[in-house]
Parts: sequence; C-alpha cells; structure tokens
Amino acid sequence: MGESQGSPRRGRKVRAAGTALAAALLLSGCSDSGDVPVLTWYINPDDGGQATLAQLCTEEAEGAYEIRTSLLPADAPSQREQLARRLAANDSSLDIMSLDPPFIPELAEPGFLAPVPEDVAERTTEDTLEGALAGAMWNDELVTVPFWANTQLLWYRESVVEEAGLDMDEPVTWDQVIETAMEQEKLLGVQGTRAESMTVWVNALVESQGESILANPEAPAVDLQTNLDTEVGSRAAEVISLIGSEGLAGPGVASMDENQSMLLFQGDSGSFMVNWPFVWAATNAAAEEGVVDEGLVDDIGWAQYPRVVEDTASAPPLGGINLGVGADSENQELAFEAIECIVAPENQTEYFITNGNPPSSEAAYEDPALEDDFPMADAIREALENAAPRPQTPFYNEISTAIQQEFTPISGVSAEQTPAQTDAFIVEVLRGERLL
Amino acid sequence: MTTAPETSRRQRREAAASSNGKAADRKNGAGAKRTNRAKSEARLGWLIAGPAFFIMLAVTAYPIAQAIYDSMFSFRLTSPDDRSFVFLQNYMTILSDTEVFWSALGVTVLVTVVTVAVELVLGFALALVMHKALKRIRGPLRTAILVPYGIITVVSAFAWYYMFDINSGFVNNWFGWVPGIDSDLDWFANFGTAITVIMASEIWKTTPFIALLLLAGLAQVPDELVEAAKVDGASWRQQMTRVILPNMKAAIMVAVLFRALDAFRIFDNVFIMTNGAANTEVLSLLAYRTSIGRLEIGLGSAVSVILFVCVLLICFIAIKFFKVDLASGTDAKGGK
Repeated sequence: MGESQGSPRRGRKVRAAGTALAAALLLSGCSDSGDVPVLTWYINPDDGGQATLAQLCTEEAEGAYEIRTSLLPADAPSQREQLARRLAANDSSLDIMSLDPPFIPELAEPGFLAPVPEDVAERTTEDTLEGALAGAMWNDELVTVPFWANTQLLWYRESVVEEAGLDMDEPVTWDQVIETAMEQEKLLGVQGTRAESMTVWVNALVESQGESILANPEAPAVDLQTNLDTEVGSRAAEVISLIGSEGLAGPGVASMDENQSMLLFQGDSGSFMVNWPFVWAATNAAAEEGVVDEGLVDDIGWAQYPRVVEDTASAPPLGGINLGVGADSENQELAFEAIECIVAPENQTEYFITNGNPPSSEAAYEDPALEDDFPMADAIREALENAAPRPQTPFYNEISTAIQQEFTPISGVSAEQTPAQTDAFIVEVLRGERLL
Repeated sequence: MTTAPETSRRQRREAAASSNGKAADRKNGAGAKRTNRAKSEARLGWLIAGPAFFIMLAVTAYPIAQAIYDSMFSFRLTSPDDRSFVFLQNYMTILSDTEVFWSALGVTVLVTVVTVAVELVLGFALALVMHKALKRIRGPLRTAILVPYGIITVVSAFAWYYMFDINSGFVNNWFGWVPGIDSDLDWFANFGTAITVIMASEIWKTTPFIALLLLAGLAQVPDELVEAAKVDGASWRQQMTRVILPNMKAAIMVAVLFRALDAFRIFDNVFIMTNGAANTEVLSLLAYRTSIGRLEIGLGSAVSVILFVCVLLICFIAIKFFKVDLASGTDAKGGK
C-alpha cells in the first residue's frame, strides 16, 4: 500500500522538477538575448544576400535590435498567401516583410501595413528610381520602402541581329523582333506558361502603348473598369497571338517560364528574349561550368524592352522587393530603423553584385565596381525609370488570374476576341457573379 | 413447513423450468447478470472510444460546420470589415457557373470513372499474380508491386511531370516511334494529353492499393468451391465469373468505393502538372484556389461544402444502391 502511494508522489516530484527545469531552460533561452529586441524579417529566397544584410545591420545597430530572417515560400503567389494569412490573423511577428510590388495594395488597403513615418519615407526615397517608387505606393502614399527593383530587358544574339541588319542602338519594336525571328527561322524567348509572367507580359504590352489595364485602379471591386477591350488591348493580343500561332516561341511555350525561355535563348535557335537580368549571371555561370558554349556569352547583347508602337517609348515590366512593416508588430519604430539600414545605397549595390538583384536607388548604380559584373547596369537603370507597375489594386490577384486564364495557351489568343472576353471575365469575377 | 399444494406448485414450477432448459435460464438469473455485464461493457466502450469520438468531432465535425457557416458570407480575408451575410448566394454563383464549376466537376468525374475502372482491371490482374505467385517470390513480389503506393503523391506527381515535360522529359525521345508522339509534343498544353498523363500517374500510384484489397478478397474465396468447380469441368472463365468474382463482391465494392472517394478528391497531380491549365481543373483545386489563392473564404467554403456533399453522395450511392458492406468481416454487425 505504502509503495503504491509512494510511486505517484515520486512521479509528481519528478514531473515538478522537470517542469521547473524546462521553464528555467526556456527562460534562460529568452534571456539569452532578452535585452535586445529581436526583429523578424520575412524574406523571399535569394542567394543569402538578405541574411547577410540582416547580420550587417544587426552589427551596425550595436545592440539596439537584432534582425533574424525567416524564409518565405519560393514563388511570389505563395509568399503573398502566407503573408496575407498571417497579417489577417494579427500575427505580431511580422516586423519586416519582403513584399512583391503587385501585392502591396491588397495588404495596404485593409490596414495590414504600418504607416511609413514621414522622415523615414523622405530619407529612403530621396533618389529612388521612378518606376520603383510607383510600385511602393498605394493611394498616393508611400506604404512600403523600396529595397531593390527589377525590370526586363530585351536580350538578343549579336549574330542574329547582325545578319538581320538591325541597329540595336535604336529602339526596336515587337514587329521587328518577330519579323527577324521568322526570317531566320529562330525562336523567341517569351513566357507563355499560365502564371504571373503572363500578366507581366500583357501589362507591359498595354503600358508600352501609354495605357493601363485598369481605368480606375483605386475603385472598389464592383466599380473597377478594365481597358483591354480597346485598340490598345487588341494590339497587345495581336503581338502575343502572332508569336503563338506562328510557333515562334517553340513547341514548349505553354509551359515556358523565365528559366525555360532562358534555356531556349541559350540554345542554337535563340534569337531574342524578354527576361529579367538574372539571366546574365546564370548564363555566365553556365558558360564557366561548360554547360553552354563558351562563345555564347560574347554573342549576347541587351537593349531596352521592345516597343509596341514605333514612336512610343516602351514601359518595361516592374518587379523587385519592397520592405513593409506589419501593423501588429510590437517593434515598429525599430523595424523602420532597421529598414533604413537595409536599403542604404551601398547595401543595395552590394546586394546587386552578390545576388544579381538591381538597386532601386539611383545612387547605388554609381559604384564603378558594378561595371565588371553587370555591364548592362545603365540599361537597367534606364529601364527602371520607364518601368510601369502591374495593375495596382487590392484585387490584383483576381485580375492577374483572369488574364492568365484568357491569354493561355498563347496559340489560342485572338486579337478580336481575347481582350473583350478578358474584360468581361474580370468584371464578372469582381462582382462575384462567377468563379475564377 | 410447506403444505401439500405448495409443494406440488413448486414441483410443477421446477419441472417446467427444467423442460424449458436454456430458454428459462436466459430469462431468469443468468439474463439479469448479462444485462449488467452488457451495461458495464458499454460504459467501458465509451470510456475507451469516447475520447477518440470527441477528437473526431473536433477535427471533422467542427471544421465542416464552420465551413457551412462561412459559406453563407461574402468574406475576403484581406477585407475583414466587408463581411456580409449572403445566405445561399455563393452556392448560386457556383452552381450557375458552367465554365468553371461544371467543367471542374466534369473533369473530376472523368478522372474518377476512368482511373477507378482501369485500376480495378489492373489491380485484379496484379492480385491474381500475387495470389498465384510461388511462395518463394511472394514477399518480394508484393513489395515490388506496393512501391508506387509508398511514394508520396507530390513526389510522384513531380516525377511524372518531369518525365513528360517537353523541356526536361525523356518520353518524347524514347517513344518517338509511337504514332502521335514526337519531339514537339507538349503533353501539358492540351486537355487530352494533359489529362492522360494526370490519370496515368494516378493509376500508377494507386493500383497497388486496389490490388491489395482485391488480394484480401481473393484469399477469402474458399478453395473447396474452386476445386468443386474444377471437378465439375468449369473453364477458367466460368470459375472466375461464377465462383471467384461473386465471392469477392464485398471486397471489390469496398475497393471501388475507397478509390472512388480518393480519386474524387484528386489534387496533387493536377496542381503540380498543369495547375488547372488546359481545362484540367478539378474540384479540390478550385476550392484551394478560391479559398487559399483568392483568399475568398466565403466562396471557397461553399466550393468545399459542395465537394463534401459530392463525396457523401458517392458514399450514399455505393452503400444504398450497390450494397457495399463496410462492416463485412468485422464484429460491427454482430448485434443485428
């Protein structure tokens, strides 16, 4: 009897001791950096550049704060989903977030982002390139801080343009690009897969004609008006349709993303390609490893994004990452302090050199070290000045998905029907009359 | 002291009791004991199964109820203040959408019917092979057949995707001699080819499951019946259709029901291979894209509820009309 009563008592003692030990361990774990506030920075995957910057700024802060990074999913839509869910659930761990520009209005509109203090806004956007600045705003207010910006260039094979007699110092049009590829029986590197890249392409074609996909981007869902069923939309669809119906992007265009179009461009039938600057570092690396022909790198040239209309400058796609602070973060002031450190021009230059992502700050391009690794840095800066963001609205995801569905596969795009169908589709979806 | 009439009454009673034998036993003392035992067994049953029952309620009934409740709102996660009660409006929007909803439902039904039918035939063939296989190789054979089922669906979906992808796949090169396949064939660009690859990967992965269930069914067919049929001069075909298959009906129906429910909820393969492009969208993908992708909690919940109702309907049809006996071989119907 005595034994049977004694056992549970001993068990309780052991459990109590265990709990105390666990609590002590936990507390000591917390007090490890207890005095220094920890800022969590949700980063998109890169080559380690953001983690390095986090460490650098932690050191610079000299104990004022510590930045720890937390990795988001690989693709932008999944990043958006995770951030939106966390923000909607009032997660206070979202101190700093790396945000893709098209998703900013959707998070800013419901008040998920902490307002950027005026002085921070002033200091961090002094010399931000125009395109990048436009992508950081919502309702004429700066809601995020530009960190790095991205844009597409027209990449070409010197051998192909030489044979075609094209002067690449002068702006070229989509018609010229298509014609050259057809004449020489070469393939074009475009992104025809049903993904975000399709919206990027359609938007750039519309913006390059001086128009936008949305007539009133700040309107509520039921009042949003689209601009595709116009001559501008029809012309955009015509370019895509021609490439699709002539098979100019190769047989695998329906599943061709940025990486696939780069591989096509690197091949023997490559001629032109619209793509982000990552292709330069990737091609150089492939040449070094012997995966592609050594002479390929010398055969690659770059120019501004092709024009749709001969006398209107192109508006290249805008990408990149901006930094936002969660509205429920308990360390908002410190977070903005940390952001100021992260986006300092010298850090942006370093990030460009090490990770290949172009700066949003004009001053960051002045570093002569850039010239060696990125001889096209000036072209990127110029493109970023003209770059146009994708439709900036809280309903971007719906609009983008509708465009992707209607404009893929590109062989089925019709200049007469697709723009009108897309317009009708978007409006019906936004009014809740049909599914997406 | 007892009087004579009393004695005779008792004697009569005893005589009657002994003639009634066991029946009387059950009615009197022994019966009362059993009732008490049954009660305590029932209590014990609840004590053991109760926590599991409540956990099941918490993890299945509660989310279902929440989804039904949410499906009656127009509610977007990124616009928490604009939540409004719309009653059945979401269902009306979904059911009136021929292009997206009915197309997704059609594709889902197509995948379910084709994969289950093909798997049933292949699975039965594999089960026969396993059943007849020599004892020495039976173990390795079963393991080999089970390998695809052991692979995580997402992994197998990626494997199939890379196999058929026009840029990285080998199928076009290896099978270029087959009419209709050449190096320019993009399997995921058209509905016909894309859905074929999706269904093939599904069949490859889950045929072992059906094969195992059917093998269990085959093992239950009494050998004497087959022997008797052989003695009577029945051909192989007659043995199959008259003896083996009728005796396996319960196992076959359970296999069909389980696989049909599984196939109806197909998600991973489509998500990885086409993400709904080329009209290959299925109901689960639609539910995912609406609630998780668009963050439209109301509309997405309504799609999920419809998916749930479809699954219930399949169960109902199978159990009611095809008389699938889920309790066969268990004690669950012992009390009936």
